[in-house]
Amino acid sequence: MNTTPRLQLKGMTKIYPSVIANDSIDMTIAPGEIHAVLGENGAGKSTLMKAIYGVVKPDKGQILWNGEVVSIQNPAHARKLGIGMVFQHFSLFETLTVTENIALAMDDYKSLETLASRIKNVSEEYGLPLDPGRLVHSLSVGLRQRVEILRCLLQQPKLLIMDEPTSVLTPQAVRKMFETLRRLADEGCSILYISHKLDEIMELCHSATIIRGGRVTGYAIPANETASSLARMMIGKELPVCSHEKPKNLGSEYLGVSNLSKSSADQFGTNLKNISFSVHGGEILGIAGISGNGQQELLYALSGERPVEDNGAITICGDPVGHLNPDDRRNRGLGFVPEERLGRGAVPGMSLSDNAILTAHRHGMVKKGLLKFTKASDFAKKCIADFAVKCGSKDDPITSLSGGNIQKYITGREIQQAPKLLIVSQPTWGVDIGAANIIRQSMIDLRNNGSAVLVVSEELDELFEICDRLIVIAEGHVSPSVPVEETSKEEIGLWMSGMFPGGPAEAAVNESEQGQEYHVH
Amino acid sequence: MFIKIEPRPEPSRAMKYLSPLLAAALMLVSGLIIFTLLGKNPASAFHAFFIEPVNDLYGIGELFIKASPLMLIGTGLAVGFRASIWNIGAEGQLAIGAILGGYIAIIFNDSSGFFILPLMILAGAVGGILWASIPAFLKTVFNANEILVSLMLNYVAILLLAMLVHGPLRDPNGYGFPQSVLFADSAILPVLLEGTRLHLGVFLSLAGVVVGWVFLLKSFTGYQIQVAGLAQKAATYAGYKYKKLIWIGLLSGGVTAGIAGVLEIAGPIGQLLPSVSPGYGYAAIIVAFVGRLHPGGIFLSSLLMALLYLGGESGQMNLDLPSAVTGIFQGLLLFYLLAADFLINYRIRLNTLQQEAD
Repeated sequence: MNTTPRLQLKGMTKIYPSVIANDSIDMTIAPGEIHAVLGENGAGKSTLMKAIYGVVKPDKGQILWNGEVVSIQNPAHARKLGIGMVFQHFSLFETLTVTENIALAMDDYKSLETLASRIKNVSEEYGLPLDPGRLVHSLSVGLRQRVEILRCLLQQPKLLIMDEPTSVLTPQAVRKMFETLRRLADEGCSILYISHKLDEIMELCHSATIIRGGRVTGYAIPANETASSLARMMIGKELPVCSHEKPKNLGSEYLGVSNLSKSSADQFGTNLKNISFSVHGGEILGIAGISGNGQQELLYALSGERPVEDNGAITICGDPVGHLNPDDRRNRGLGFVPEERLGRGAVPGMSLSDNAILTAHRHGMVKKGLLKFTKASDFAKKCIADFAVKCGSKDDPITSLSGGNIQKYITGREIQQAPKLLIVSQPTWGVDIGAANIIRQSMIDLRNNGSAVLVVSEELDELFEICDRLIVIAEGHVSPSVPVEETSKEEIGLWMSGMFPGGPAEAAVNESEQGQEYHVH
Repeated sequence: MFIKIEPRPEPSRAMKYLSPLLAAALMLVSGLIIFTLLGKNPASAFHAFFIEPVNDLYGIGELFIKASPLMLIGTGLAVGFRASIWNIGAEGQLAIGAILGGYIAIIFNDSSGFFILPLMILAGAVGGILWASIPAFLKTVFNANEILVSLMLNYVAILLLAMLVHGPLRDPNGYGFPQSVLFADSAILPVLLEGTRLHLGVFLSLAGVVVGWVFLLKSFTGYQIQVAGLAQKAATYAGYKYKKLIWIGLLSGGVTAGIAGVLEIAGPIGQLLPSVSPGYGYAAIIVAFVGRLHPGGIFLSSLLMALLYLGGESGQMNLDLPSAVTGIFQGLLLFYLLAADFLINYRIRLNTLQQEAD
């Protein structure tokens, strides 16, 4: 390109006390270019983006903005320059309207009314329809992301940074967002697109910078690459795959849920509405859905952390357990890996070995009320070895491990107890590809040994890779189940927006507001 | 120039155990500065405060007598504190224990029997448990704040003791002084070491510390308590019964405080008085934290705290220091400990000029 680059990074370096997050990274983005930053979790993508957005200060290196060296002091400064960023985790106030939330981030607006009409215009112009008067807590996660995007667009950015934007969207919504992004790029806005999803990057991005361990490992034109060549740059080896044979004989019903209704403990949570499904021994059932559609509430009810009034609504191995607490449910064969690792699935401040006791105490670690520490450390050692947990020793504090290794350890702790029913929430959230593979394979192996496995995930690829049957949760309703071979990502994507037989979208088809939200081409 | 406080990426583990020593050293330095400002020679003040009280066998016996209730109550409180259950009511639980134990001693004042002392200790334990079960009940049923409830019950208990000693339990032949009869020998803990006042109660307290050590560090219930304190969600996730842990956390403080109350009246005091504790129930909170909520550490910190009590008395007698001096030292110790703990987890940075431009 013959124009000045919109943004150029030279030798960007950021050193944290324990790790070099960015090691002299160079990158160039032209006006109107959609540029991918590809890397595994912990590769240093987010740190780099935060440096550009003025959230962290680089220790070394230069940022050239339209050819001029700038030192970006803070996000306000970045916005003034014309840099907008949509974060992975939203920062919206649930009790305020869309307009009020956007007003909070604007330095200059005349009145809330004019701002609201501007929001409406811009949102329709870019194909992101949104009612500015709605309260944020009533919006789905996808619509909340829209608020964040609009917040940036109103400032007419020259560079838009998007951090893993598709993890909260259905496949259909992803396609729509791509249209919006392409349009923005045509108008000259540069886009930095952070992701670890190879297919998205190949479809959308003009160019890519691949980062591994804080260093650039390659620059590529995604259109000229294959998924495996990109993966090799990203993780340094071929993409691993799970071996997944057909299910053998189905066992008896290990988890039964019938007509489970429960109002959420959280004011802005989702109520569960008449949920029924079952999981049998020897199969993996996946629950797909956009986060915030009742997954949390369902898992709390299934694990026993929030027992339900109707004792018979949940059965484990045929026993009604609705009233029972997690400990009693575990005694009946339940294993559970929650999506919050530190602070729920594991105790920060304790060692790996002591964390084994948390749920595995029933396996000979307590005798006459006293703990058998050798049993616990044997259990921990086996878990570390079998699940390739990277750590110094079983006596290390669990907080010294990376997120992926903590997840491997917790999953290992639950699987090593040979549960009849294993429930796993977001098994590979924030986990690198190698660790994700170990975790997925271990769930498949457990199924092959005759246990029932229930997986709740937002990653459709993952569900299609490991599950035998799928159901979808939307607004607290669940869809009928469908074998994986008989469906497609498109169909599940439609279901995720509530459009399944008996789903919430059917009931709401006359409501214009709802119709807008579920509007699908 | 701006000061910025930021969390340390990796708090030092060694410093967690060294910070009580650092706090004690800083307390000492500050104390000596205060002595100097008061016009005392710091060297002789130090000697009077920290050496003289324990430079003979009798003094060491006194040290352990003072440390005994502190280590016992401190261990009991640590059980609750580890679960993030804040029993501030040990002072009142001690008073109720003393009332019930003292009542046993008074009604059996004419008889002698080996059963009287065990019965007194049992009554003290029951008293402490009863008083601690009020905040436990209110917290588990109504989610009432145990800090406020247990704290306010201290005043109720202390006034109740004063009322009884001024009234029904007053010695009828005591010329109207607000005190009970002197206990009979069968209600007094035997002195174990010639030339000191070191009594059986000190060894009961030491035994209590050992029991606490086994319970907290070796038992499954102790483990559950620690999980609940570090991450309540993890305790719920594992299915531990949080209400049960609340009861255990509050009652363990109550039972130790109640027994400590009996050991005081059956030990050095020998009767019921309007006040049976110079604030042991509060000081034990500091002891528990300085001892890192670990029974071994609590044993050591109780000795330090006892020395502050003895040093304060000695300082009053020999140096004309005000009686507030013990409280000042306790406060300095806690202040420095909290500051040291804070600085283990956080560091203070002076902002550079560049960042100041924000």
